[in-house]
Amino acid sequence: MEVVNEFLKTKGIYSLVMILFFLGVYGMVLSKNYMKKLMAMNVMQVAVIYFYLCFAQKDGGMIPILNGATTNPDAYINPLPHGLMLTAIVVSLGTTGVAIALLMRIKEIYGSVEEVEVLRRASK
Amino acid sequence: MMQHAPVMIVLLPVSAALLCMLFSRISKNLGSWLVIASIFGAFFSAVTALQQVIANNGAPLHYWMGGWQPPIGIEFVIDPLSGILAVLITFIALLVSIYSRPFVKDEDWLHIGGYYTLFGLMTVGMCGMVITGDVFNLYVYLEVMSLSGYGLIALGGKKSMLAAFRYLLIGTIGASLYLLGVGYMYAMTGTLNMADMAALSAGHLHSPLFAMAVGCFVIGFGIKMALFPLHGWQPDAYTYAHPGAAALIAGIMSKIPSYAMIRFLFYMFKVDNPVVSSALNVLGIMGVAGILIGSVMALAQYDFRRMLAYSSVAQIGYIAIGLAMGNMYGFIGAVLHIINHAFMKCALFLVIGGIEYRFGEVNLYRLGGLNKKMTISTITVTFAALSMIGLPPTAGFFSKWYLLLGAYTGAQYFYIGVLVISSLLNAIYFFRILEQMFIQREASLTEVHRHKGKLGLPVEMAVPIFVVGIGIIALGFYSVDIVTDIIKLGLPEVFLR
Repeated sequence: MEVVNEFLKTKGIYSLVMILFFLGVYGMVLSKNYMKKLMAMNVMQVAVIYFYLCFAQKDGGMIPILNGATTNPDAYINPLPHGLMLTAIVVSLGTTGVAIALLMRIKEIYGSVEEVEVLRRASK
Repeated sequence: MMQHAPVMIVLLPVSAALLCMLFSRISKNLGSWLVIASIFGAFFSAVTALQQVIANNGAPLHYWMGGWQPPIGIEFVIDPLSGILAVLITFIALLVSIYSRPFVKDEDWLHIGGYYTLFGLMTVGMCGMVITGDVFNLYVYLEVMSLSGYGLIALGGKKSMLAAFRYLLIGTIGASLYLLGVGYMYAMTGTLNMADMAALSAGHLHSPLFAMAVGCFVIGFGIKMALFPLHGWQPDAYTYAHPGAAALIAGIMSKIPSYAMIRFLFYMFKVDNPVVSSALNVLGIMGVAGILIGSVMALAQYDFRRMLAYSSVAQIGYIAIGLAMGNMYGFIGAVLHIINHAFMKCALFLVIGGIEYRFGEVNLYRLGGLNKKMTISTITVTFAALSMIGLPPTAGFFSKWYLLLGAYTGAQYFYIGVLVISSLLNAIYFFRILEQMFIQREASLTEVHRHKGKLGLPVEMAVPIFVVGIGIIALGFYSVDIVTDIIKLGLPEVFLR
């Protein structure tokens, strides 16, 4: 039990993040529908974002806004990963937008977003 | 003005690309000329910056954004390696941007504006990746390059949509893995500046986090540069990309992630580290497999563009084994091959784009007797093909020579065998094309866009083809100068000891 508790305390959240990441990759590889592949891609990107937010966290840290209370950096959580992830969210939004635009065109051309159907019509 | 040259490489094309749509609305061709002019400006700035670096005997040029000093602020660093690549990118982008005007000239303003916006942004992404000194900044530029690349591939017509979508899915896995690796490195060192990270990570080189980060970087960049088992997106993407932009996509887009890999493995982490050297072994195996399988697959193709795409898989393998040797000659060979291959593949894709523009034909068995119709293009194909095979005095010979030297110095004789076999395979599939173009009976081709006269193509297309063809020979003659005056100035520290 000790071992399990220790594991959950130190690495638990990171293992969950990794599971989420590889669930995304798994979904992208195995699902047969392009829309589902796209959603799995978003899950994967969110996993990376969670990863950054997890290691920015620290026990007893408060939100990084200087409020006259203390200037000791130990009292605040690390704001930089949050800032980076804002950028990463914007990038993932852009990627999703491009992907949906492409999917709409694929649907127009092939009449379907099912992989089997699209590949069958594309090879004709 | 001189001290702002590094930032101008990125700033000029990004502002022009974002203004391009507006200017295209005002007048159909204004936007495209704006982007071409801005890329010319970027080329000029890159040359200026590289000259300063060489004049300072290889001391890197630092540009601090808004005066914020690293490691707090973001900096641009131009050392000899990134300088020469910035010059290469902007030069090829300039030629291709001029070349692709006839493809979009007859479309409406939305199409021209959109095409040149994407083109400008892609140039920005590639230049930014090369000159940035910040790992997260590199991710942003990687995504700028990739997103505009997806757009340019999707512009190619009906079949390109599927290719672009699949590239998007696979490319996003690569970018996410890179971001994950950056996360590991940041959690370990607490900095994002490359030089700072290199210094701070020295104490953590045996931590499992470091091994994880290196794995993420190698696979992430491996996907982006289409290293052998990760190349699934690449043949379709190159084949169906917009014919005007294909030269830029095939010529440069896959080389820039390999530059980033060099930056991480050789400059930031040292190659004598056990984790990095096992990563290099993996790179070597992937490279050898890519060379052999890419060359064999190229033999089996009848679509010219698809053949070139598989040949790219093999050529990326050369770069990978050059890095995998982990010694100075292998490194020089890899860097030289990035430059040479950019020219060769660009030349070949420019020519096939021209053939597609004039005749609408890409099947290489229907190009008989082409030398009578498009003389300049076929001469360029000859130079590029000889260079691919590696005959002196063309550029390809010298990079292969350095790779062979590297394999010999490192006593990795296996690589020598692979290089020889792949040169023979290259000879088979390129002589097949030369035979078609020069010896076979003239095929009956229907003209889509008719052009009389010696050039056989509009001037905007013929001149870049001619320049790149001459460039391949010139690179061969000046390769000694490039190596001694530029690449050797900026060798990683490991090789200087």
